[in-house]
Amino acid sequence: MDPSEWLHVLLGWAVLSPLVSFALIVLFGPYMGKAGKGAGLVATFAIALACVLSLVALFAIWLPEHYPGSPHGAGQHATTADGSDGDGQHEHASPGGHENDAHGHEPNHHDEAGSSHADSDHEHAHHPVAYYADYWYRLGQFGRLHLDIGYYIDSLTICMFCMVTLIATCIHVYAIGYMHDELEEYTDHDVTLEDGSHLTRPGRYSRFFQYLSLFCFSMLGLVIAGNIAQTFVFWELVGICSYFLIGFYIERPSASTAANKAFIVNRVGDFGMIVGLMVIWSCLGTFNFGDVDQRDDSGQLVMDNQGQPAMEAGIFSLVRPAAANYALVVPNGMVLASKRSEVATIVKDHLNHPNGIKAAESEVHARLDGWREQNFGYGLLILAGIGIFCGCVGKSAQFPLHTWLPDAMEGPTPVSALVHSATMVAAGVFLVGRFYPVFAPEVLLVIAIVGCITLFMAATIAITATDIKRVLAYSTISQLGYMMLALGVGGWLAGMLHLFTHAFFKSLLFMCSGSVIHAVHSNEMTDMGGLRKKMPITAYTMLVGCLAISGAGLPLLIGFSGYYSKDAILEQIFSFWRHDPANATLGMVFFLTAAGGASITAFYMFRLWFMTFAGAPRDAHRYDHAHESPSVMWWPLVVLAFFAVTVAWKPFDLSLSNLLEASRPTGTVEPGPGVQISQVWPNEHLAHQGTNYWTIVVPVTWLAFFTALGGFLFACVFYGWRILNAEDVRRQFQLIYSLLRNKWFFDELYDVLWIQPTLWVSRFVAAIDRRLIDWILDSLARVTAAFSRWGDRWVDQGIVDGLANGLAHWTYNTGLVLRRVQTGRLRQYVMFIVVGTVGILILITWTRSMAGN
Amino acid sequence: MATKRNALGVLMGIELVLNGANVNFVALSSKYFRTETLGLDGQLIALFVIVLAAAEAAVALAIALNFYNNHATIDVDRADELKG
Repeated sequence: MDPSEWLHVLLGWAVLSPLVSFALIVLFGPYMGKAGKGAGLVATFAIALACVLSLVALFAIWLPEHYPGSPHGAGQHATTADGSDGDGQHEHASPGGHENDAHGHEPNHHDEAGSSHADSDHEHAHHPVAYYADYWYRLGQFGRLHLDIGYYIDSLTICMFCMVTLIATCIHVYAIGYMHDELEEYTDHDVTLEDGSHLTRPGRYSRFFQYLSLFCFSMLGLVIAGNIAQTFVFWELVGICSYFLIGFYIERPSASTAANKAFIVNRVGDFGMIVGLMVIWSCLGTFNFGDVDQRDDSGQLVMDNQGQPAMEAGIFSLVRPAAANYALVVPNGMVLASKRSEVATIVKDHLNHPNGIKAAESEVHARLDGWREQNFGYGLLILAGIGIFCGCVGKSAQFPLHTWLPDAMEGPTPVSALVHSATMVAAGVFLVGRFYPVFAPEVLLVIAIVGCITLFMAATIAITATDIKRVLAYSTISQLGYMMLALGVGGWLAGMLHLFTHAFFKSLLFMCSGSVIHAVHSNEMTDMGGLRKKMPITAYTMLVGCLAISGAGLPLLIGFSGYYSKDAILEQIFSFWRHDPANATLGMVFFLTAAGGASITAFYMFRLWFMTFAGAPRDAHRYDHAHESPSVMWWPLVVLAFFAVTVAWKPFDLSLSNLLEASRPTGTVEPGPGVQISQVWPNEHLAHQGTNYWTIVVPVTWLAFFTALGGFLFACVFYGWRILNAEDVRRQFQLIYSLLRNKWFFDELYDVLWIQPTLWVSRFVAAIDRRLIDWILDSLARVTAAFSRWGDRWVDQGIVDGLANGLAHWTYNTGLVLRRVQTGRLRQYVMFIVVGTVGILILITWTRSMAGN
Repeated sequence: MATKRNALGVLMGIELVLNGANVNFVALSSKYFRTETLGLDGQLIALFVIVLAAAEAAVALAIALNFYNNHATIDVDRADELKG
């Protein structure tokens, strides 16, 4: 099948399917079976359908055309950014027809990082990414500018689709079991009413699935979005879904506060994102990621000189034009924007000459490259990158906007698994990966630093948390920090790979924790212990998750999924450190933090596992009532555990890393040198070139193995074998403990920095409102009332009423006078008639005789 | 008519006035009387007046009867209850 005809149709239906389910449940949810029980099935069916469609798109449409190992693989007949090969991603094109055209593509392409790739001839032969981009619906067109609902489909998009829908399907199935309490009247034991009883309310089963469906729609829409504006729209949609789901138990004050917090903190990041969007729109005049067909106002294709469809460059082509061999170039729009006063002067000088505009244009163009070499416009490029990254910081809970994610655990556990660990928070990382070609090296360094701080801070907080979901929440933040750090040091593939592996094992871990919470009705690990015997399936699938997140594996042979992605990240950070000896300090800090973080990760994950499942029960009552979850809940665990183990394996050419590599933004294997900084980025394939295997891969892999093992052993010492008592150590390090226990006092810091000042200002303004503005208004009202009283007395009562009454009196008196005439004597009336008639006759005769004369 | 206190007398007076008018109309229709006659119009109007006088007489007699029923007299000077 021709991908350009089918891919966007299939994936479009995959996006719409949850939306249909959402609409159905909104309208008919409570009537679907008893207490809305059918809503769960509808939502699950919708997402399963989306999953099937995504898998079909991957295996039946994408892979036959772009099999990673084949010579027809990535980039062979995709659109090139220079527009000379204008087909490949369009409905009217036949991609197969251009495989052998004289386009200069070497049949080789970049293999994935794992394969030995010593042929340096091809190392810098850039291939454009194979993608399919166009639009479904044009929202508006204003000459050259237009806004679409479009799609941008490359292998990353399809992999995200498969991952999101697969995990979401598992979580929907799981939620059918987990949320069954909501089918009946639900008594919320966390809400105490004024009379001391607990709140009892109708179940909200169908509402839960309605939100889940809306969330799946938004997430898929975000992934497939063809332009950054559309991304932003869906970005906000997942934000609002997250808000709804965190606040699902809206009666609990903690839940509604957490929902508000998540929403408001995300707004802070989105503000930066809007700044980035404004820079891009005003400088580049397009939001599209990829190149699309140029169309005129009526929607007809525009043809170029050769009769081929003319292409309209997207953001990626503008920033990394093929003519510059895909190196980062400041686009013309940004150069002109930063030199606009000079441009205005030139135009003014030429304005009065004939053909002045043309001459001005050519002069501006002649000077454009000179300005570009002086780095005008580079600041705008950085601003755009930082702005977009700000949005990602908010959504992916990076320092300093990470505080909302732990609180978001107030939502039901399936939500935590789907929204707040696997997919939505990964959207920030996804967007950084998607927008990677636009990030200048300075921005990458910011990303790396933010990621590094986040991963270390969150990992340390996770050590002391006792709420099982909060441990996982901080672990999520920490792993997202890993991804950001990897992306920042040039490890695009490493970061993206970790995004996928993390999604699988983190959703698994969350659902296992949900299973435990479901069994013991408590979030606190201090209430658990020894549950392994009661719920073996949960215990051992969770063990798989712990091993995967710790990156367990036989070094250099095989491992859990986390082993591959975490090692790839560490290798890249190590390369970053060793590659540029002149700026090694930062790299060293990154590497030591990341390696230390890996150790801490293993420690807190096994601490969690041991505290929950091993040892003696801490709460006998809860232990006695604990039981394995129903099969509808543990089957998804098994499925996810399978993927958590295998998803990153690379036995053939067809592996996740190879698939993702096909989407690597062209020209970013090695980020170019920055302007403001002297840092030099390593090639991401550096670790696998020549002897570097022995100097980078082998030591890093063993180091990662031993740090993780160290963390594991520490956890064993404290919580497994109980050789050391955690309480004693805590007393030894009371200061550090309280720092970590209070989450580095970030909530308190923000309280002092932002919340209290905001409250002060609010109170001050409220006082002005009450004292000054209200006073003015009250006085005004009083004056008006007095004026009205005066008007009432003098004008209304005096003049108006006087007129009306006077008229009435006059009429009455006249009537009294005239009544005398009515004597009641008939004969008198006849006399009047006779006299009157005679009088009239005389009058007429007299007047006629006067007229006659 | 104007001097009678008896309602029937008044009624008779009215009839006389109307008949006087009729005679006038008929006379004015005669070509022996003057050259610009009313012609047949005068005689037709006279016929109309007779018919209307008959109707008027019926109404007036009905009023007189009712007045008598209520006041046991037909003296028109007693009919002054609506005076101002």
